[in-house]
Amino acid sequence: MVTDAEGGGHVHSAPTGFIRKYIFSLDHKVIGIQYLLLALFSVFLGMALSLLMRVHLAWPTWKIPFMGGVMKPEDYLALVTMHGSIMVFMVLTTAPQSGFGNYFLPIQIGAEDMAFPVLNMLSFWTTFVSLVVMASAFFVPEGAPISGWTAYVPLSAVGEQAGPGQGAGQTLWVIGVAIFCAASLMGALNFITTLVDLRAKGMSLMRLPLTCWAWFVTAILGLLAFGVLLAACVLLLLDRTAGTSFFIPGGLVFTDQVLISHKGGSPLLWQHLFWFFGHPEVYIAILPGMGVASHLLSTFARKPVFGYKAMVGAICGIGFLGFCVWGHHMFVSGMSPYSAFAFSLLTMTIGVPSAIKTFNWLGTLWGGRIQFTASMMFALGFVSLFVTGGLSGLFLAQPTLDLYFHDTYFVVAHFHLIMGVAAIFGIFAAMYFWYPKMFGHMLNEGLGKVHFWLTFVGVYAIFMPMHYLGIAGHERRYADTTGVNYLKPLQPVHVFITIAAIFTIAAQLIFLFNFLHSLKWGKKAADNPWNATTLEWAVSSPPPFDNFGGKHMQVYRGAYEFGVAGHAEDFIPQYAEPEKVSQAH
Amino acid sequence: MAPTVTDDLELILAGNGGGTDLPAGGGGGDGDRPGGSRRVPQRAYFTLVQLLLAAIVMFFMALTSSYIVRKGLGTDWQQTPLPPILWFNTVILLGSSVTIHLARRRERAAFRPWWALTIVLGLTFLGGQLVAWKQLAAAGLFLDTNPSSSFFYLLTAAHGLHFAGGIFALFYVAFRDWRRSRITQATAADLAAIYWHFMDGLWVFLFALLTLGR
Repeated sequence: MVTDAEGGGHVHSAPTGFIRKYIFSLDHKVIGIQYLLLALFSVFLGMALSLLMRVHLAWPTWKIPFMGGVMKPEDYLALVTMHGSIMVFMVLTTAPQSGFGNYFLPIQIGAEDMAFPVLNMLSFWTTFVSLVVMASAFFVPEGAPISGWTAYVPLSAVGEQAGPGQGAGQTLWVIGVAIFCAASLMGALNFITTLVDLRAKGMSLMRLPLTCWAWFVTAILGLLAFGVLLAACVLLLLDRTAGTSFFIPGGLVFTDQVLISHKGGSPLLWQHLFWFFGHPEVYIAILPGMGVASHLLSTFARKPVFGYKAMVGAICGIGFLGFCVWGHHMFVSGMSPYSAFAFSLLTMTIGVPSAIKTFNWLGTLWGGRIQFTASMMFALGFVSLFVTGGLSGLFLAQPTLDLYFHDTYFVVAHFHLIMGVAAIFGIFAAMYFWYPKMFGHMLNEGLGKVHFWLTFVGVYAIFMPMHYLGIAGHERRYADTTGVNYLKPLQPVHVFITIAAIFTIAAQLIFLFNFLHSLKWGKKAADNPWNATTLEWAVSSPPPFDNFGGKHMQVYRGAYEFGVAGHAEDFIPQYAEPEKVSQAH
Repeated sequence: MAPTVTDDLELILAGNGGGTDLPAGGGGGDGDRPGGSRRVPQRAYFTLVQLLLAAIVMFFMALTSSYIVRKGLGTDWQQTPLPPILWFNTVILLGSSVTIHLARRRERAAFRPWWALTIVLGLTFLGGQLVAWKQLAAAGLFLDTNPSSSFFYLLTAAHGLHFAGGIFALFYVAFRDWRRSRITQATAADLAAIYWHFMDGLWVFLFALLTLGR
């Protein structure tokens, strides 16, 4: 057996022992599944928190069993904060990129593993630690923080006198996020290096599957954005614990105390730092889903991706422009209208590559022989929800309109449709597609379709009415508006949304059952059940520990050779040798 | 389907496209290692270090713009007198960049003393930074005294922590058993040197910022 000492050979040898195989594994496939399990736990935790929020919003006088009676407004805000933080960080940033990306990037480029397996393992366990630290905020005496996932200062900076949860709870949140930044940076380093340096022979950049391009650009965004958030968290931590005034202005009064020890800090500085990270972050959440959508639409329409080069350009364009638009989260902060104009224009410009992608998705489908698998349906659903969610973004990009919409349910509708649904559909589509490869069994297609329809109808029922609430002037982050005259008539909308939410959350149990049941009792999966073209389908399901059984893979063509004229089968895999392909005629 | 002209062109243009069949991939003069790291080419380590530097740049750029913004807010900025030892520390640090460069260019025998000297200079720099802190504290300027002093401590601490990581890397290069590694000690030294020079340049930048901004 070739060992490290001999200098050639495997990135790491086959692991033995339970701990090495399943806990502190160096195998990117195991690490990818670990990330997915972390995301799976987090999404159910996040959904539970949102369920509590929705129940309170619909029936504010109800006593909630383990919340000690009727929910207090500060408890509601703690739920808002932790729901957002856990969903954005632990689900949307981990599952599409660190979960599926970790598992499939090396295989799709023909590599044996990530470039740095030890760093990979560290990045997962650091993420795990950050989740534990963040979640521990629930268990400190005053509870979780109430400043939102955006942790605006001065509320988040002055400490426990600002309100419940703003003491230890907020500090734990900041530390948890800082740890998460470090973990994400580690992951980004690995992804980019692997993509740049470990591609197999023949796998040029323009032959990469679009999933790989998406993971690539996402990793670059993460590399450049998380450092800024880390800096912001350091400054916030110092303001909270060391008496500095980076963010805390002077003259603040809390009940009867004036904070004379602080002066001159800038709350706006936090907003700039946070959103300079925050906007690329949301593109980190959506880009992998776009890559998956392109990949799946092509595979299940049995057609090449329409305009592959434009798709690559659009991914890069979205990534670049994503760094230029952070100010659109701050239109009402008092910024100069000239700055607002610039940010508005740049934000609308992102609509161009996004539209290119959308039309190319439609172009991919046009004239195809579509196979309506559960995976494909979630991919189609992704396109639908991306358009719906994206359109409201164009309204919000107008400063004059945003003056009205900011901090209303219109914004809540927008980002939930785009992140909380479209990105999630991307994750589901990927899961239904790759489950056979990862676990060696097929998911039940019938249950998958039921899951799709119930979820698709459900999410539209939840989030479309929120646009209406926003237009009617309903603010966000308010626990109970039944006492507000102009919002009281909207209460039936809240009830409708909550019932839709209960129904949709319940529908996810179908997925959970399918996932767990099929692990053992699902139909055994062949190597390439979908007749797909990329490298992961060249190997067994699940793949051998070093992905290709010691074979040096070579790639001969692009990733989307479907429906090639004169060829017997309707697809040519990337790895099929040319002589063998011509014999298939 | 026979390989077409465009396939050939793509392979030619592939450039970076793998070479897993080639012995000892690019970068870093790895000739003394038969086979090299075929599955993970040497250049991957250089890519990693460069990306790491990009991430660190973003971190310090965020701190720098915070500095500029906070200073511009006006009312409570008070000049922090910079302890003169900082100049001495800067010279030491620049000297260490010279010694690490000399270490890399030397054959094995001379490598160790120059490398050791670099470590000593690096530790001297850190010690000098701590002296600077003590001097400021003696003058009654602490982390929370005013925004200028806050940034002084913050920027020097942030740089110092990253720099300490660099010193750890130098120790690692000196003492790890490189026979059981995917790269040679020479390559590791090259990687550490890139990081070291960057830390040097970063300090010069921060020092200039603190001096001009004061």
